[in-house]
Amino acid sequence: MSLSARVVVQRGALGLDVEVDVADGEVLAVLGPNGAGKSTLLRVLAGLLEADDGHVTVDGRAWDDVPAGTRLPPHQRSQGVVFQDALLFPHLTVGENVAFGLRAQGFGRKSRLESAARWLTRVGLDGLADRRPRELSGGQAQRAALARALVGDPDVLLLDEPLSALDARTRLTVRAELRRHLGEFRGSTVLVTHDPVDAMALADRVVVVEAGRVVQAGPPAEVNSRPRTDYVARLAGLSLLSGTGEGRSVRLDGGGVVAVAEEATGPVFAAVRPESVALYLSRPDGSPRNVWPARLVGATPHGATVRCELAGEVPLVADVTATAFAELGLLPGSAVWATVKASEVAVYAR
Amino acid sequence: MTARAPGRLETAVRRRRGRSVPAPLLIPAVVGVVFLVLPLAGLVVRAPWSAIGPALAAPEVGQALRLSLLSATLATLVSIVLGVPIAWVLARSTARGRSVLRALVTVPLVLPPVVGGVALFLVLGRQGIVGSWLDGSFGITIPFTTAAVVIAETFVAMPFLVISVEGALRAADARFEDVAATLGADRWTTFRWVTLPLVAPGIGAGAVLCWARALGEFGATITFAGNFPGTTQTMPLAVYLALQRDPEAAIVLSLVLLGVSLVTLLLLRDRWLGRSGAPIA
Repeated sequence: MSLSARVVVQRGALGLDVEVDVADGEVLAVLGPNGAGKSTLLRVLAGLLEADDGHVTVDGRAWDDVPAGTRLPPHQRSQGVVFQDALLFPHLTVGENVAFGLRAQGFGRKSRLESAARWLTRVGLDGLADRRPRELSGGQAQRAALARALVGDPDVLLLDEPLSALDARTRLTVRAELRRHLGEFRGSTVLVTHDPVDAMALADRVVVVEAGRVVQAGPPAEVNSRPRTDYVARLAGLSLLSGTGEGRSVRLDGGGVVAVAEEATGPVFAAVRPESVALYLSRPDGSPRNVWPARLVGATPHGATVRCELAGEVPLVADVTATAFAELGLLPGSAVWATVKASEVAVYAR
Repeated sequence: MTARAPGRLETAVRRRRGRSVPAPLLIPAVVGVVFLVLPLAGLVVRAPWSAIGPALAAPEVGQALRLSLLSATLATLVSIVLGVPIAWVLARSTARGRSVLRALVTVPLVLPPVVGGVALFLVLGRQGIVGSWLDGSFGITIPFTTAAVVIAETFVAMPFLVISVEGALRAADARFEDVAATLGADRWTTFRWVTLPLVAPGIGAGAVLCWARALGEFGATITFAGNFPGTTQTMPLAVYLALQRDPEAAIVLSLVLLGVSLVTLLLLRDRWLGRSGAPIA
């Protein structure tokens, strides 16, 4: 049930050109900011939108082949789609909603409602088959939508921001359940999301799409620790610095030098985690080899820590404890010294 | 609690202020309502109540009423069968020329019904393009028959249904149709299982409008179908004729028509018109 696709769509300002490959049982997250073209990609895969070029191939069969003029209509694609809003049909009961795909396949009423009831049990909605969709909570509706997408045992599962309409607590539980169902699903899954937590928690592999292009691809942990664009770095909460490696130091493109623990040559990225940045009011003596003057330009509470945005020769984000923040008496505009140990800087080729 | 009381008062004050209507709007509104209601009130006041019983018992009244209800209902059914697909094409298809199609379909809305009657006569009359063929090949003549009444009423009333259903289709969330497609339903199945139930209130509202318009149809009917008691004389024609002969009878007939319209509106209001305004989903 492998899925392989190249999707080219030109719509006004959006120029989308991405390639994705998803193996059997694999979950691929397509991560990107709003307007990057993620949903457009998903709609093309689902057959709801016509691509201008490229192909969609599932298990060797062409769903779309623009040069050859092949285009399978959406209802002939073995797929399940879950949209951001559950979109349960308001005029049908929850059970009939889940059974809809089987009804379209011509299953009798009794057998399809039995299957629906089984699936409702699997997603934790036991006994809600006779309810109307409007009687369900957001989390329940999204679970029912997942059951509806999976009931026909599709080859491909497409998820379009399936958790983003849910409140934070519900999202947590539904995410955990979704993870379990994706683990059991033998087909290929494409998950479109702008939430890195969804991508990290649910996906085997991540492709990051910005402005219609894939800017990074890899396992979630790698994308998370070695971002290649500012967008990904921000999602991962890292400061991303680009420069040129000169042995044990990196000369930054924006000026300044970062001491690193590994040998680096040529164009590289240096990534700094916010918790490894320490702040001082006066220039510290002693070991850290990276000491930069900076100015505090923003501070947002982040749990027990305060995330501080620093401007200066080397722009950084630092996490300090709320206590330390208060003791330092930091205010927007305060001049500080930021230090980072060389061993705390991740360096990788650009 | 003490902190909440002034808040509640404030909202009450704001709500009252929000309800008050500025005089430049209020006065014309009142005049307008009086203008709309006064003629109907006059009809009721001038009604010769004692004469109503015998007048209703007159066979031609019953005949005209039956014919009116029958032909308006048939015209509505024809309008639903033909009009809902038109509305779907206007609302959902991406084909070119939709605006031209919409203009064509809504012409009868602005066309004087008499002109519509003349046009129908020119096409379906014995000498007409289609009419002469029907007459020559099948021996069917349409003008001055009950079928002509239904055709005339359909011509005039169907646009009301089309407009209303198209609006409902546009308001309905098309993403439900996407979902149905991804679940394996082709477009016809999707239309029957998803679209139609979603816009049923809109179709109901359109059907009521259409039926009411057909019931009151006069110009196209008298031009195309004539005025023969029993076959083509509907209530509005009977009212008009009676007004020239016997004004009291005209009042009685008008009251009957008014009563039928009001009863229909009340019966269907809660069921269809009220709900069509509510958001779907």
